[in-house]
Amino acid sequence: MVTDLQLRPPWQDTAHLYLAIARGAFRRYSTYRAATLAGAFTNTVFGFILAYTFLALWQARPGLGGYDTSQAVTYIWVSQSLLVTVAVWGGGFQDDVQERFRSGDIAVDLYRPVDFQGWWLATDLGRAGFHLLARGVVPTLAGALVFHTRLPRSPYVWAVFLLSVLLAVVVSFGLRFLVSLTGFWLHDSEGIRSVMLVVAMFFSGMLLPISLFPGWLGQIAPVLPWAALIQIPTDLFLERRTGGAVLSGLAFQVVWAVLLLAAGRAAQLLATRKVVVQGG
Amino acid sequence: MVENLRWSLRSWWLIAGMWTRSIMSYRASFALMLGANLAITSLDFVVLVLMFQHTDRLGGWSLPEIGFLYGTSAFALGTANLLVGSIDALGDRIRTGTLDTVLIRPAPALAQLCAERFSLRRLGRPIQAVVILAWSLTALPADWTADRVLLVPVLLICGTVIFSAIFIGGATLQFWWGEAKELQNSFTYGGATLLHYPPTIFAKELVAGVVFGVPLAFVNWLPALHILGKPDPIGLPTAFQYASPLAAALCVLAAGYAWRAGLRAYRGTGS
Repeated sequence: MVTDLQLRPPWQDTAHLYLAIARGAFRRYSTYRAATLAGAFTNTVFGFILAYTFLALWQARPGLGGYDTSQAVTYIWVSQSLLVTVAVWGGGFQDDVQERFRSGDIAVDLYRPVDFQGWWLATDLGRAGFHLLARGVVPTLAGALVFHTRLPRSPYVWAVFLLSVLLAVVVSFGLRFLVSLTGFWLHDSEGIRSVMLVVAMFFSGMLLPISLFPGWLGQIAPVLPWAALIQIPTDLFLERRTGGAVLSGLAFQVVWAVLLLAAGRAAQLLATRKVVVQGG
Repeated sequence: MVENLRWSLRSWWLIAGMWTRSIMSYRASFALMLGANLAITSLDFVVLVLMFQHTDRLGGWSLPEIGFLYGTSAFALGTANLLVGSIDALGDRIRTGTLDTVLIRPAPALAQLCAERFSLRRLGRPIQAVVILAWSLTALPADWTADRVLLVPVLLICGTVIFSAIFIGGATLQFWWGEAKELQNSFTYGGATLLHYPPTIFAKELVAGVVFGVPLAFVNWLPALHILGKPDPIGLPTAFQYASPLAAALCVLAAGYAWRAGLRAYRGTGS
């Protein structure tokens, strides 16, 4: 094993390490089978309720927001499938970090020979991979069986969608990482977290597609980072974005991902300078 | 029987009071959390209002009528969550073995578990619900006969009892299936979301399911049909619109039975 490691160039070691971290997180979440099943059931129940409300709305106003009725219903099922994957509610690595703030283990994390931000990003990607499979497939299937949904035929659209989900997870990570780091200054990020939850649920398009927002809300919502979480991947799935709009959608996600990760990096540097480790 | 009930309520009261005093030592934090809770729980009504920016009827119901459904459903769920919602931590207690501590204390276990971590910030949802209910009552063109007026408080109380029974009944599943916490959410929070919208927009099977299966329709749908003078989409006898107290009583019986069966099935982890 040791010789094996020595033969590799250093960047490859790093890639292997992060892959191992992500795989570990994937496996860790996959042990909560019963809870995952219960969660997928809940997503499906909410999917049914909300799909009927959308049907009623689109019956009253066909073609509202540029969605036809089957696109509107599919919107609900895709967003329910993504809810936990992109952690619109918050959570995932955030719960772990919060617990480590409480116990003081956060200081240990900072002294690990692995980058703090990279470590948690890798665990969150592993978690998201598991949740996409476990909590995405059941609601999507249930929706497709009972309602007139619109699933993409072309494998190209599926590939673009999956890439967009990956970027959505990174943007979501960027946001949650910043919230978590406030723990260094506030000791408890619970308050900020609940405020972020409201903002994220609303501006991600989770409750209502952003294109239905009236007035100035409709103007600012599409440029905020939360649009990268649900609205963009779902619109790509529904093929509402085609041609150049596919690229601009992905570019929007990439820009926010880079900006948020950079901000997280800066905050991390400030925070590590502030940490005082108590002996013992 | 009566003595037992009194002792249960007193235990609940004492424990809830203890948690309230402990939370009130951080007043600013409490105010913030209550505010956040109000904002979070108002969000689904904001979505309804946004929907009504694009239409003036949803399933044939106007915004004030849906506001009535929203207010009553949110009030019942919110109050039930305030009173007994802590019970959903049962699975964690079983897993970590702390349920044993609860069982050996000289107070009824159910009362303890319902009051544990009692949090006044959960008042956010009932407060917001009352505001929306009050608005809808003034905006409704209903014909306020005596029985309709009387049905409103009856509905609020029975709805709270039904949701409380669902919270407790759902939590008892965790005796057998420790990770069933989220399953309960689909009946409580999912159920409340269902009841925000008029029954006319859902498939008839679904409506029948919440009349005869999990009796959520008795929380507000059925009495609301009478209060608002709306036709019943599945054509049940009128008696159903007055039957909420009966449904609530049956729910309490079922939840109580499930709770006892659960306790009997419980084996400590030995930790």
